[in-house]
Amino acid sequence: MSKITYIEHSGETHTIDVANGLTVMEGAVQNNIPGIDADCGGSMACATCHVYVKEEWFNKLPKKEDGEEDMLDMAFEPKKNSRLSCQIIVSDQLDGLVVNLPEKQV
Amino acid sequence: MIKTDALIIGAGPTGLFTAHQLKLIGLNCEVVDNLDKIGGQCIELYPDKPIYDIPAVPECTGEELTNNLINQLKPFNIKFHLSERVDEVKKNNDIWEIKTSKGTEFSTPNIIIAGGVGSFEPRKFAPKECAKYENKSIFYSIKDKSIFNGKTVSIFGGGDSALDWAIELSKDSKVNLIHRRDEFRGAQATVDKMNELNKNGKINLFTKYQLKNVHGKDNLQNIDIEHDNKEIKNLKTDYVLGFFGLIMQLGPIANWGLNLDKKTINVDTEKFETNQKGIYAVGDICTYPGKLKLILSGFHEGALAARACFKLARPNEKYRFEFTTTSTNLLKRLGKKE
Repeated sequence: MSKITYIEHSGETHTIDVANGLTVMEGAVQNNIPGIDADCGGSMACATCHVYVKEEWFNKLPKKEDGEEDMLDMAFEPKKNSRLSCQIIVSDQLDGLVVNLPEKQV
Repeated sequence: MIKTDALIIGAGPTGLFTAHQLKLIGLNCEVVDNLDKIGGQCIELYPDKPIYDIPAVPECTGEELTNNLINQLKPFNIKFHLSERVDEVKKNNDIWEIKTSKGTEFSTPNIIIAGGVGSFEPRKFAPKECAKYENKSIFYSIKDKSIFNGKTVSIFGGGDSALDWAIELSKDSKVNLIHRRDEFRGAQATVDKMNELNKNGKINLFTKYQLKNVHGKDNLQNIDIEHDNKEIKNLKTDYVLGFFGLIMQLGPIANWGLNLDKKTINVDTEKFETNQKGIYAVGDICTYPGKLKLILSGFHEGALAARACFKLARPNEKYRFEFTTTSTNLLKRLGKKE
């Protein structure tokens, strides 16, 4: 279990325990966190689980695959610290991870 | 008004196999899809990605799977209504009356929704002011390229659509191409061509920029683009084009009185019927305890929904279960027996 914090665009904050091995996207969907749609179900085909990762955590995450950057082209307001949460797998190293959610996922 | 035993909404793998099952048991059906081609997510989102969990098919791409399903429908004559979205669904006694975005009307006792996560719509620009200029100065697809002749066009995106249009329009227009990073995901040959046109001054390239704001009166006059380092540039432009691919939206389905759970529709697991008699949901768009969003589950759900349609389409006949290996009836329908 690792603690993951999701901060909605409105500022509302949700900290939940997510089992290691699940993705940050799955942690949000299974706990009904609003703001992560995950339309394609985690196949890196839709960019609707887009999150911003706080600087101090961004460099600790495993690097993006090519396909992820391609999908981020289509995300709503992508930034340098954008990731697809379906590609971030929760582990002990990520205990305490904080992600910010964009205004919307279209 | 087209009369049919069942109308399938969605031409993805689940919709296609459901059509197969309906025709096999002797019902007719028509298929409507908002995309301009058959295949749904398989063809739109991952045509080249291999899939490894279709039973008895060790490996196939989204495109191969679609082609195989189309081949499997060859014995049957099925009418596809592509580039049409089902907009209205109304009940008239026991019959559903359906109208599409192109005005096609259907009357049927059975509607099978095989709509994935909804219909594909273009992704739009983030700044709110963009909506004001949509279809006047801002476009997400091109119907008549002649309107851009002699004008300045700013194209956003990094895929093949953005690159192809930048190259094409650079012949008769002043083209700005704006993309959020240095790498383009379009085909290498297209990227090379664009770079050459950029060198020759035919295309003005702005990378690491995104659309920040748009300004104008009735028509668009200029736009602000923002660099990763927050620097802002103002570009005079007559038109703005955005090519950010497609997104799935539930769309009008939300208004049909169905029992929804977020973006999915609750069904039973006997008929895959919704809370509305004669409307079924199969594939990714349906939900029930234990639901798996796998293509193979969609096939199973479609097969059962098709049998449920038989009751409403042929109220005076009894459905009899048969195997394709032995049934003369089925083999005739498949064109394997005279």
